[in-house]
Amino acid sequence: MTELLALTALGAHRAMAAGDLDAGEYADAWRRAAAGDELNAYLWRDEDGDAGPVAVERPSIAPIAVKDIFCTEGVPTTAGSRILEGYEPPYTATAVRKLIEAGAPILGKTNMDEFAMGSSNENSAYGPVLNPWDRERVPGGSSGGSAAAVAGGLAPWAIGTDTGGSIRQPAALCGIVGLKPTYGAISRYGMIAFASSLDQCGPFTRDVSDAALMLAILQGQDPCDSTSVGLPKSPSLPDREDLTGLRFGVPSDLTGHDFDAGVRAVFEATLEKIQELGGEIDTVSLPHAEHGISAYYVIAPAEASSNLARYDGVRYGMRAPSSGDVIEMYEQTRAQGFGAEVKRRIMLGTYALSSGYYEAYYGQAQKVRTKIAGDFKSAFDQVDFVVTPTSPSVAFKLGEKTADPLSMYLNDFFTVPMSLAGIPAISIPAGLAQPAGGGPELPVGFQIAAPAFAEQKLLGAAYALEQGIGFDARPEGVPNG
Amino acid sequence: MAELEAVIGLEIHVQLATKTKMFCGCELSFGDEPNVHTCPVCLAHPGVLPVINEQAVRFALQIAAALECEVAPRSIFHRKNYFYPDSPKAYQISQYDIPIAGAGRLGDIRIHRAHLEEDAAKMIHVGESGRIHGSGASLVDFNRGGTPLVEIVTEPDLRSAAEAASWARLLRETVRQLGVSDVNMEEGSLRVDGNISVRPAGSDELGTKTELKNMNSFRFLERGIEAELARQRDLIEAGGTVEQETLHFHPEDGSLHPLRSKEEAHDYRYFPEPDLVTIAPTEAMLREARESLPELPAARIERYTNELGLAPDIALTLATDPLRAQFFEQTLKSSDVGAIPVANWVTGELTAALRQAEIDTEEAKVTATSLAALIDLVQGKKISHGSGKTVLATLVAEGGDPAEIVDREGLAQISDSGELESIVAAAIEANPDAAKQIKAGNGKAIGAIVGFVMKQTKGRADGGEVNRLIKEQLGA
Repeated sequence: MTELLALTALGAHRAMAAGDLDAGEYADAWRRAAAGDELNAYLWRDEDGDAGPVAVERPSIAPIAVKDIFCTEGVPTTAGSRILEGYEPPYTATAVRKLIEAGAPILGKTNMDEFAMGSSNENSAYGPVLNPWDRERVPGGSSGGSAAAVAGGLAPWAIGTDTGGSIRQPAALCGIVGLKPTYGAISRYGMIAFASSLDQCGPFTRDVSDAALMLAILQGQDPCDSTSVGLPKSPSLPDREDLTGLRFGVPSDLTGHDFDAGVRAVFEATLEKIQELGGEIDTVSLPHAEHGISAYYVIAPAEASSNLARYDGVRYGMRAPSSGDVIEMYEQTRAQGFGAEVKRRIMLGTYALSSGYYEAYYGQAQKVRTKIAGDFKSAFDQVDFVVTPTSPSVAFKLGEKTADPLSMYLNDFFTVPMSLAGIPAISIPAGLAQPAGGGPELPVGFQIAAPAFAEQKLLGAAYALEQGIGFDARPEGVPNG
Repeated sequence: MAELEAVIGLEIHVQLATKTKMFCGCELSFGDEPNVHTCPVCLAHPGVLPVINEQAVRFALQIAAALECEVAPRSIFHRKNYFYPDSPKAYQISQYDIPIAGAGRLGDIRIHRAHLEEDAAKMIHVGESGRIHGSGASLVDFNRGGTPLVEIVTEPDLRSAAEAASWARLLRETVRQLGVSDVNMEEGSLRVDGNISVRPAGSDELGTKTELKNMNSFRFLERGIEAELARQRDLIEAGGTVEQETLHFHPEDGSLHPLRSKEEAHDYRYFPEPDLVTIAPTEAMLREARESLPELPAARIERYTNELGLAPDIALTLATDPLRAQFFEQTLKSSDVGAIPVANWVTGELTAALRQAEIDTEEAKVTATSLAALIDLVQGKKISHGSGKTVLATLVAEGGDPAEIVDREGLAQISDSGELESIVAAAIEANPDAAKQIKAGNGKAIGAIVGFVMKQTKGRADGGEVNRLIKEQLGA
């Protein structure tokens, strides 16, 4: 069985196609593995392969862990929030439906920061997820459950969502691959909205090839999502052998800032590896990117304050018992149903959109966003890719940053600019480094960003670099393929 | 103190008669069982997204064309955020600073803008208060939630309650003839709110306005505005000032009540709807909207008065009844006489005949050709006007050829002047008192003798000729 679980999704797919592997048995093996979840990665698991409306009768591809932000008909969907406790959606998200149609059984729904707001998964109403490399540390967030499930041997692959780094950062902290596609590449229909203009679905996988395989399933225009356009061409499996002729830009405006020495060492080693593989390293300027965090923490909460207003106790989910009028019912339901970080962002966003403050906050943030997108456009005139560390640090300890929201927000320093620009970016494991305070080594992610809709090229470069790096470390007890 | 002039602007919500809702595939309906036309999208389940109804955009473009509005090359939707159970998302998707249609006009009244939005769900408050405050319970019917609306806002160009009501009628008729809405005020598919203020006559400045709601008929619209104007005038004349507020009109007793609850000091926190894309109508869509326009009431009134010389009230009557107008034009085409008699017959005698027979226009057997033939007979003095009405009654009920009916019923006008002369002479002899009075200069007395002649001839005599003969024979 261990051998079975060591396969990548693509490896399993090929074995199934060759008739060497029974897809049902393979899914069962993963169900048993998922049942051993000690990381609090899953909020719901399909214990016996009967997921009702979202069941797959004849599996034909690796089973999948789904972030609990995706609506799944008849299956509990909470977005990590108390306010949706017990909620079973009447419909299924397009991304999940596509996976089901491709024959991927759903192993379970994974834990997450409440409404995807967080970088450590400590904002889940259902308890934090533990990092499989060190259970005293966070897996990153907000898609912490999906990242920990894949890294911890509880799922062969998973889907998550990335608004400002929620796929890439946990992928980096858990030592796996995380891809945030171009905004619009994958339908958002059925993905519980945090910040609509930024949210994008993407894969968590063991390697770049699996990411390409899953992206091919997920991408596409969806009549239910007016902002979806799909990719110009369905991605094929990457096969690039080196990086000859490709230019990689290091944005000194971002990498010039202070971050963990261990992360910096891995980042610099990776730049050398790129050159060894024939790639060229240039410095590029993203003069407005360092204001990304500020703009992001205006735009995302503003949209969230509106998106989360529907959780009012009237139609579904939790309703606080109240003897008062409708306003009191709203207030009690929302006071009891939402966690502290969600409330903080609703307040921030409500303020930013208020009459008299709109231009100074939301209007200004949108201008910064446009500038950042312009910066990337100029950079891509000069280079093929922009590269940074994915996260300024390796996985930090549970509770380490919970008292300081600002230092928590800075986790997204390297990932937010790409989200604001709507461009694709991938995090691949690039090596191991000690945390700033010392201790056992933990994974470090390397982020590669490409122009909008250049996923194929991005995957090609990431694949070649992945092969060159040869990262093969795994958390203890996790089979290595 | 100078006289206070009324300054009135209207905001009209038109529910579009599309097949489905504004942002989801739910069927539109009125009067069905509550909450049967709902889906995850219009119930605002987590994760759902709106998709713009293309038919609603086309309908809005037709309205824009009919109101001669400038169409925005690119317009966008905003979110209007507020908490209330009739708004499941807690925001209404509406258009804010870039509406689909800008400046336009209908008749003499300028249109400020027209924009697309979605309707709220319907609330029913159980208990005595009739409002959410103090009600025993409130029920929500989401069938209506998400119905496409076009909100039309006028400039404050109306100067009286009567003018406002009459213009609103013209607007309703215009929208109705486009076929894009049922425009039924009682069912709420047409809702008219008033923005009302007063100012010293001749002033250019606008006074503080109040918003008047809940006038679900044109009569109530007029009465409500009238009441609010009176209230404002009394207030100002007593040295007070008008406060900006929203008032609810109660038609039962004509009273006005300030509205609170939903509007409690609102900041709607508008921002561009990130789930939708820009509306950018193509040249083909714009052309299609323009070409789909029937001749609308305002244009028809202008043509009828200017080109056909009809009186304004008759032109208005025809213009607001497109079926009748069409019948008028067909009759005119088949007739040898001018537009004025034909219009008089269509709006006068025909309407009366239909009412008399209790027959709908659509069911009447009379055709444009037969009516034209009948009018020609009357105008050509082949039959009297009275006989004409008799023939028309037959045409309405049974149809047929007027000339045949005239023959069959012996209604041909007495054309032999000798015969008529002797009938008149006999009538004078039979009415000596009247004859004496006529001779004495009492012109009115002639009626008695004319009536006698008509009775004798069963209406087949030409009234004018009878008059002339009486006067001639009496030397009056």
